[in-house]
Amino acid sequence: MSINIFKINEELKEFIPQEVIDLEEKATWGNPKRGVMDLPYAKELLEEHSLCAGCPESMAFRYILASLPNPEDTIIVNSTGCTSLVFPHIALHTVHSLFGNQNAVATGIKRTLEWRFPDKVKDVVVLAGDGATVDIGLDCTLQSFFRQEKITTICFDNEVYANTGGQESGTTVQGHVFKMAPKGKQWPKVPMWQLAIDSGCHYVVRMSVSSPKKVEQVVKKAIYVAREVGPTYLHLYTPCILEIGLNSDDALMEMRDKDKERFKFFEYVSPQAEEVIAKKKEEGLL
Amino acid sequence: MQKLGEELRNRAGQKIVDPEYLLFEAPREKVFMTGSEVVKEAVKRASVDASVSYPITPQSEAAHLIGELWVEGYVGVYFRGESEFGVMSELAGCSMAGARTITTTSGPGTLRAMENFPMWAGSRLPIQLVLMARGINSPLSIQPDDLEVSFLLDTGCMVWYAENAQELFDMILAGFVVAEQPDVHVPVVNVINGFFISHTRESVMLPPDDIALPPYNPYKAPMPPIDMEMPPGRFLRDPFVMKSNYISYATHTSWQFEVRAAIERARPYIKKYLGGLIEEFGDPESDIVLVSTGTGAAQAKEAVRLLEDEGVKAKVVKLKTIRPFPINELREAVKNAKVIFVPEFNVVGWLEREIRRYLYKHSDAEIIGGPRVAGGMTMPPEIIAKDVLNYLGKEVKHVY
Repeated sequence: MSINIFKINEELKEFIPQEVIDLEEKATWGNPKRGVMDLPYAKELLEEHSLCAGCPESMAFRYILASLPNPEDTIIVNSTGCTSLVFPHIALHTVHSLFGNQNAVATGIKRTLEWRFPDKVKDVVVLAGDGATVDIGLDCTLQSFFRQEKITTICFDNEVYANTGGQESGTTVQGHVFKMAPKGKQWPKVPMWQLAIDSGCHYVVRMSVSSPKKVEQVVKKAIYVAREVGPTYLHLYTPCILEIGLNSDDALMEMRDKDKERFKFFEYVSPQAEEVIAKKKEEGLL
Repeated sequence: MQKLGEELRNRAGQKIVDPEYLLFEAPREKVFMTGSEVVKEAVKRASVDASVSYPITPQSEAAHLIGELWVEGYVGVYFRGESEFGVMSELAGCSMAGARTITTTSGPGTLRAMENFPMWAGSRLPIQLVLMARGINSPLSIQPDDLEVSFLLDTGCMVWYAENAQELFDMILAGFVVAEQPDVHVPVVNVINGFFISHTRESVMLPPDDIALPPYNPYKAPMPPIDMEMPPGRFLRDPFVMKSNYISYATHTSWQFEVRAAIERARPYIKKYLGGLIEEFGDPESDIVLVSTGTGAAQAKEAVRLLEDEGVKAKVVKLKTIRPFPINELREAVKNAKVIFVPEFNVVGWLEREIRRYLYKHSDAEIIGGPRVAGGMTMPPEIIAKDVLNYLGKEVKHVY
């Protein structure tokens, strides 16, 4: 465990901002049972966020960071887009490299940390948008699945290139009019969760982030399975309320609506993953 | 590192020695091998943590041989990536996580990977790339041609150029040592002309293989490694310049300047470990100077011998580094020059451009960009000698 890197030199404490002191004293470290129920009490690993008011991606970030079972030894890799704006606020070691190479970078990090720290568990988690995961980075995403890299990949699907101003993406639904698809998208939404299964992921989920407890459960399962078996993939609906014309307080209802249709909860668990999940349940960690 | 008596050993069990001992003092034995095999011998003595590979002619064999070292326990992480773009990103991940890394590529692979090189430099990753230069498409060519080097000159990577297998061996070892200096800490590209060096067997002097460079210490780097072992806990490994709403334009600019300044700071280390940024051959006082790199310099040396037979004294200035560019060394070396020829293995004359840039208002010599060959053509020393003799208005006796 590397909680020590959050410890503040006593001599300097009077000069340290309160939010940094809180990280040492009030964040949940060294407790794999941490979860979204800590949110009102514990110091969050996300120091504010820099997304639009009411953005579901900010909810996803908060729930995921609260659910990491091993944050003191977790590395997060991201990509370019709305998500990358959040990364300077995350109190972990994180990486932004290029647009679309996140699973390749994560591969290098995971393999090197296994080589450098053979006796330690170091979880590597990729958090990126649908453009990064499914379009420009699809090659690196799928190849990391083929190679059975022990990393967890989480895609925030807002069905649009939001950060660049609302262009069609591979996960936009057919017929929807966005920029660069002025006649409406001509082809269907990419079923990335299915591609993940076919490409060798051992635990795959498609859902919205309308239920924090459910997010916690799937994040923990995905990380435990990745640690012991191989690649895992979470496909989360985090609608861009700005680009689909909703108000800040509409996001939750939008997700609940889609929970009944194209983001109906879907979970795939491979036989090896079943074993890990059963074991973790026995240990009281799920 | 493990301590064995008084000796320090790396994870492969090799005795750790000072870079100075490995490069200059250790006894050496003569072997006869190709440039690709020499890459393996250098990596074997370099305490390398990670290498990722991808097939492309002519660098594939060197990449296979690094894989053999992984099987033998000399390299910690090794696999085949999905493409050069993926490979260079995977290496970035390895390097960020604290690994000493090396890979090889060629021609179209270099261009496929291109987006990564400025990212390596901007993220201050001391990754080593051995570039076995070959033609770039289209039309398709797998033959030697170093046009691709011109694309790398402004990426923020150091660019060195080896003349032969011996120099490649020494440059790979020196490359790690220089690139990993805390006040340098940028990538290094070691270029050779593909096939001419990679596939040709020559005599090479090698130190014993039971000694190796000290392992890379990521905790001495100017930026913390991504391993959750070193403060600060909140650390984004990007030159935190993702977006202007986070960072001022001036900060982005200063970061870019800092990468270039880091390359400048490599100069004293290069002098120490490569014995200088240039090498001179021939008559030091001659006013006829051939400035070249790599195989071009080797052929120019032969041309100097031919010219000597014709009663013409000439000299070669071989540039061992292009980034940093040996500005003062070149100006000093050509101060008596009346004419400078720049033999090159590409059609655009990127080396001529560089030389003109740094000699502008510093030399009265006429600069002749050539001879040039490309697309796999060889450069017989005779064509260099012929250009010089023609320039001097002398009779050309050789049969070409």
